[in-house]
Amino acid sequence: MSDESPPLEGPLPPAALDDPHLLPYAKHPEAAQAVAAVAMVIGFLGFIGFGVAYWVAASTGWEAITLGVGLLALGFGVTAWGKYLMPQGPFVEERHEFHSTEAERDAMTAAITERGGMVVRRRKLLGTLFALGSAAMGVVLLFPLLRSLGPKPAKAEDHRGPTATSLFTTNWKKGSQLVTVDGRTVTVGDLDVGGVLTVFPRGFAGSSADQVILIRLSKVLQPLAPPGRTDWGVAGYVAYSKMCTHLGCPVGLYQEQTQQLVCPCHQSIFDVLSGAIPEFGPAPRPLPQLPITVDDAGYLRANGTFDQAVGPGFWERP
Amino acid sequence: MIDKTIDKSLRWVDDRLGVAKGGRTFLDKIFPDHWSFMLGEIALYSFVVLLATGVFLSLYYVPSAHEIVYHGSYVPLRGQRVSEAYASSVGLSFDVRSGLLMRQAHHWAADIFLGSIAVHMARVFFTGAFRKPREFNWIVGVSMLILGIVNGFLGYSLPDDLVSGTGIRIAYSIIESIPLVGSYLAFFVFGGNYPGNGVIIPRFYILHVLIVPLILIGLLAAHLGLLVKQKHTQFKGKGKTEHNVVGSPMFPTFMAKTTGFLFMTTAVIFLLGGFAQINPIWQFGQYEPYQISYAVQPDWYMGWLDGALRIMPSWEWVGWGHTIPLEVFLPAVIFPGLIFNILIIWPFIESRHTKDLAYHNLLDRPRDRPKRTGAGAAMLTLLGMTFFASSTDVMANFFDLPLKSVLWFFRIAVVVAPVIAYFLAYQICNEMRAAEGIGKRKRALVVSRSATGEYTTVESDPRPGDGSEELDAVPVPTYIDLVPPELATGEGVRRVMR
Repeated sequence: MSDESPPLEGPLPPAALDDPHLLPYAKHPEAAQAVAAVAMVIGFLGFIGFGVAYWVAASTGWEAITLGVGLLALGFGVTAWGKYLMPQGPFVEERHEFHSTEAERDAMTAAITERGGMVVRRRKLLGTLFALGSAAMGVVLLFPLLRSLGPKPAKAEDHRGPTATSLFTTNWKKGSQLVTVDGRTVTVGDLDVGGVLTVFPRGFAGSSADQVILIRLSKVLQPLAPPGRTDWGVAGYVAYSKMCTHLGCPVGLYQEQTQQLVCPCHQSIFDVLSGAIPEFGPAPRPLPQLPITVDDAGYLRANGTFDQAVGPGFWERP
Repeated sequence: MIDKTIDKSLRWVDDRLGVAKGGRTFLDKIFPDHWSFMLGEIALYSFVVLLATGVFLSLYYVPSAHEIVYHGSYVPLRGQRVSEAYASSVGLSFDVRSGLLMRQAHHWAADIFLGSIAVHMARVFFTGAFRKPREFNWIVGVSMLILGIVNGFLGYSLPDDLVSGTGIRIAYSIIESIPLVGSYLAFFVFGGNYPGNGVIIPRFYILHVLIVPLILIGLLAAHLGLLVKQKHTQFKGKGKTEHNVVGSPMFPTFMAKTTGFLFMTTAVIFLLGGFAQINPIWQFGQYEPYQISYAVQPDWYMGWLDGALRIMPSWEWVGWGHTIPLEVFLPAVIFPGLIFNILIIWPFIESRHTKDLAYHNLLDRPRDRPKRTGAGAAMLTLLGMTFFASSTDVMANFFDLPLKSVLWFFRIAVVVAPVIAYFLAYQICNEMRAAEGIGKRKRALVVSRSATGEYTTVESDPRPGDGSEELDAVPVPTYIDLVPPELATGEGVRRVMR
């Protein structure tokens, strides 16, 4: 707050009560007062109403209408009081330059450069050592502040590390049994053609990195799989990582008619028949495919693992 | 009696703190009377509501990802395994009296807080209120906007419902997209690969309720302190100069009006909180990383980022054994970084361009600064386009258009529309300036012929209400003769000269 008030002593006499600046803005002050008074009474009643509404545990609507009307009416009343019944003004306040004089600025600069410069320049060694010590402190304090927060991401070479600390691995292994989120095993008869199911490797139901969308295509479509992947599906089933390669949202919408998987977050569209290649939207890469097979008992199992990291891109991804 | 008490206690305080001189100056502080100066007040008062309702919510909310079985009064959820965060958010909505009202008012207040900041900022921008000496306060304001957006996102994430969890997942991937350090940063923030080891909710919580609000309160104090120190700007008008401020005094007029405005702002927020459902988390359900709902959208102030992510082409860069997900890094890190940096340094960009180093206390009309107005219009158009692009799917459905066409429309519009907006605004400003007397009511021209046959044209008198009937502004009186002169007896009247 500035302390430059206008001088207290001066030629101004006390303002007279009939000074036009002190008159209310309203042409009919009595009417304005009546309106403000009515508003304030309504406001008072509104608040009482809120108290009652709370006490009898009325619905949220009653709480809101009573509180809202109370606040609105009381606020309107006091605003009307201020706008129409208080001195109309206009009043003026002079600005004062708040910058210092040239001499004061010089003195400030000199205090720093000359007084400070004198001690620092004379003791260059101490200045350097202090700066060095502070810099070291600044760096090492980052260790606990940052490094303690979480584990380091595992390198690409350390495959088979736990998914909690590696962006490269999942819990899918050759032979992993496909289970639903409830842990129910999936058999070859579980889905009709056109059906989809979110599956996980047994023991990891609900895990983010392992989510896979299992789709049953008609057997006619299966041979359309990209070269080298014709045996990655089985009995019409194909399985893709459900993590969008754009931002990791679950690619949850399957459109059977167009054979597309759609990510609801940013509308990336993947072509199921051609190996989930992104054909539209911001996703840069196909959804990694999980090779699956069916065992003698009819259970679906992974026939290997993903050939690449699942989910969105990151620096260390080759 | 009460006067004596006030006098006595003020003396007691002043003996110890010396508040009288500065205090009176503060009570005399002049606030210009213009509606656009209330936009910042809306932001201030919705922040007050945020703090009050936020304290209420923090008494019931449990910041924990720990799984429990829901036993509350919302029947469809009973028996389901949910996180404590989600259970307590649903619980404080349904099992705490007034809880739903408070939670929804808190959410509405956040949306209104950021909305009013944006509009307030536009007002400051288009009228040139950021110019010397107010560059600091502009920067403080932009910082509050950024922190407000951050805290809005953090708070939105806390209930651990399906929609907010999807937002956290996207935030993780955005951090991950930063070259060199992205995966490390994401691991540190989340405590590991997504979804982390359960630390994100408590971490977001302490940021949301303590750290960010603390910084915001500090910045708010600086914002208002600078306002008092540097005094308000004002629009041109009768008796208004670069060297004064004309308007209503802090006490009592402004105080009454602003208190009323605080109440009315609060009223609107609570009415919305009670009648306009917002973020019904019990319908979304608990977040699971493999679940998703259709038409997921963030709160409005994140829309421009979401839209930028949607319209970005899939330009992932791969080479030398590394990947840079430019399709994420550019729209979600570089784009907002650029926008906020341009905003922060705008006062300096402009003063460098205009070579104008003078103090400015009188505001510009936007039309008088066509280039600035054009630049502002271009910026708003760019952000508006990315904002609308965040609902490409909804628009495609609504207008029954192919998604692809909608997307391509926005990809082109986001580049072209700002340019058009600039030139359009520039042109409109210039034409408005060229049209004489625009915005003023026309006055009739009276043509008269004199006896000698000479014609003269005179403007008629101003219409009632058009002319300046305003009084001249005077300093706020300190002493007032409370007894009308005709009744004054000389007794009991304060005769101290001002």
